[in-house]
Amino acid sequence: MSDAVVPHRSEDHHAPTGWFKRALDSDIFYSFRRSRLTMVAAAITLTFFLLAIFASWLAVQNPFDPAQLQLINSRIAPLWTADGQSPFLLGTDEQGRDVLSAILYGLRISLAVGIAGVVFAGALGIALGLIAGYFGGVVDSVIMRIADVQLTFPAILIALLVNGVAKSLLGNRLDEMSTLGVLIIAIGLSFWVQYARTVRGSVMVEKNKDYVAAAQLIGLPAPKIMLRHVLPNTMGPILVIATINLALAIITEATLSFLGAGMPDTMPSLGTLIRIGNNYLFAGEWWIVAFPGIALAGLILSINLLGDWLRDALNPKLR
Amino acid sequence: MLAFTLRRFLQAIGVMLAVGVIAFAMFRFAGDPVNQIVSIDTSAAQRAEIRHSLGLDDPVLVQFGRYFINALQFKFGVSYQFRLPVSSLLAERLPATLELAICATLFAMVAGILMGVYSALRRDTILARLFQAVSLIGISLPTFLIGILLIYLFAVTLGWLPSFGRGEVVKLGWWSTGLLTVSGWKAIIMPAITLGLFQMTLIMRLVRAEMLEVLRTDYIRFARARGLTTRAIHFGHALKNTLVPVITVAGLQFGSVIAFSIITETVFQWPGMGLLFVQAVQNVDIPIMAAYLLMVSLIFVTINLVVDILYTVVDPRLRSPVGRAA
Repeated sequence: MSDAVVPHRSEDHHAPTGWFKRALDSDIFYSFRRSRLTMVAAAITLTFFLLAIFASWLAVQNPFDPAQLQLINSRIAPLWTADGQSPFLLGTDEQGRDVLSAILYGLRISLAVGIAGVVFAGALGIALGLIAGYFGGVVDSVIMRIADVQLTFPAILIALLVNGVAKSLLGNRLDEMSTLGVLIIAIGLSFWVQYARTVRGSVMVEKNKDYVAAAQLIGLPAPKIMLRHVLPNTMGPILVIATINLALAIITEATLSFLGAGMPDTMPSLGTLIRIGNNYLFAGEWWIVAFPGIALAGLILSINLLGDWLRDALNPKLR
Repeated sequence: MLAFTLRRFLQAIGVMLAVGVIAFAMFRFAGDPVNQIVSIDTSAAQRAEIRHSLGLDDPVLVQFGRYFINALQFKFGVSYQFRLPVSSLLAERLPATLELAICATLFAMVAGILMGVYSALRRDTILARLFQAVSLIGISLPTFLIGILLIYLFAVTLGWLPSFGRGEVVKLGWWSTGLLTVSGWKAIIMPAITLGLFQMTLIMRLVRAEMLEVLRTDYIRFARARGLTTRAIHFGHALKNTLVPVITVAGLQFGSVIAFSIITETVFQWPGMGLLFVQAVQNVDIPIMAAYLLMVSLIFVTINLVVDILYTVVDPRLRSPVGRAA
């Protein structure tokens, strides 16, 4: 990226006070302002989050409520075409569901599953990485061998397997909320390895430093040293991985739903909407699949761009 | 060298054993095999009898041993949905998946190398920037969206290519191939591009980066000083040196291509193993899932093993430290 070769600014005379001013004055915010693409990506990502949060106020109907759907409104083309009808800006699907409303609600589910999946993967990976790095020995080699084996398989395969096994254990007919939970667990179990490896590497470096020896000397218990003293020093790379993984987790959820192994039609995510819309492509009703697809692609692309920028901005070698 | 190969081989067997335990656990504990066979009004005594005849009363270790020995003979049990042996279902669908994966890899290599070389040599042209943009899209967009987009363009709007299936297939012994008929070739174009797009961008970026690096080295400068033609320098000297990592990446990615064909096969209704697996996940057909896991793991482990051993053959530096450690 071009902002890698920015010359260092001269020191300010009046030192800023307060965290907000400090944040505005930080190197990271500076590199953020220097990259127009990143600012656009951040704006788009923020818009998607706001749309998802305020979906129920923005949508013209609740697509999950059958009482609000009318078959007379089915398969209406987008508003700007000759057959368009107000208030269905992006048209409707075969059940008379407003495509825009469905996207807003689907966005909410896609983001929720993605974020929860990343948080779960992060918690699992960080915990295992801390344990492996701090204790070493047999624990370390067992955890790392499992990680090695898992890393050779694509995440989507693991997510599909976890999904299938969970369904078989819980019975094939799950309600929407348990499907949501299964998806989050499947994504978490597919993505923990990268966190574990990164944290372990940092911990191996950090644990030989004097401050850890000092903490051990004053008799602090191992969990406290790990969480309060070692972990904060490994957070930079974790943040980068989490951002890039958010895009991957959203793709994984969308793929699972598209394959029919994710969210059901009664509570669709973006992937489910694309799967449903795909059936109407040949009938010429392109809007049912196109707009959820564009929303998903835009969301993933902007999160990816943010992740790329964050990786460069936090990399001291590129300063 | 021998010690390294042996050590690496043992590791591979260890991984396969671990995957085997997982596959067995899925097979045995996720979903009761007896329930899949009997109907609702089968009495408890009959259930116990079936349980006994299937050997489900034996100690778990004995059962694992039996599963293991059967798996070595490619016996993976009977599919719950189709009531057919899993191994014959997989064998029937293996050619479709392999043909698709090989075509996708070839497409990725040819297109990726061409685009990579071009964008390294003509860095600032519009076409090179277009390639960069395409590669960003190839990495960001989910596979199934690309497939749907292609179907909409070439099948729905233009009507040039079929949107699903393999076209006409020809039987060569037990192998069924679509590559001997025109409709087969037409049918494989879009799935192969969809499946290979990610690997193509990977190879393109790799070739571009390697070419830029190699073109800066002294021996290229020396070749220029010797008055060799630009063509000889670019293709005889520079490109040749970028090909080793490219072939490595393409080889290592082959396993992922097979795994990712799950998605492509679903989009294009391609009758391969991936589609079988997705249907198995939807219908909770555990024997197929376990067998697919074992097969894909075997492919992954074999590829990694071969690449690792080839590396030590090619590059003796990799041998010594590991050899000493072992």
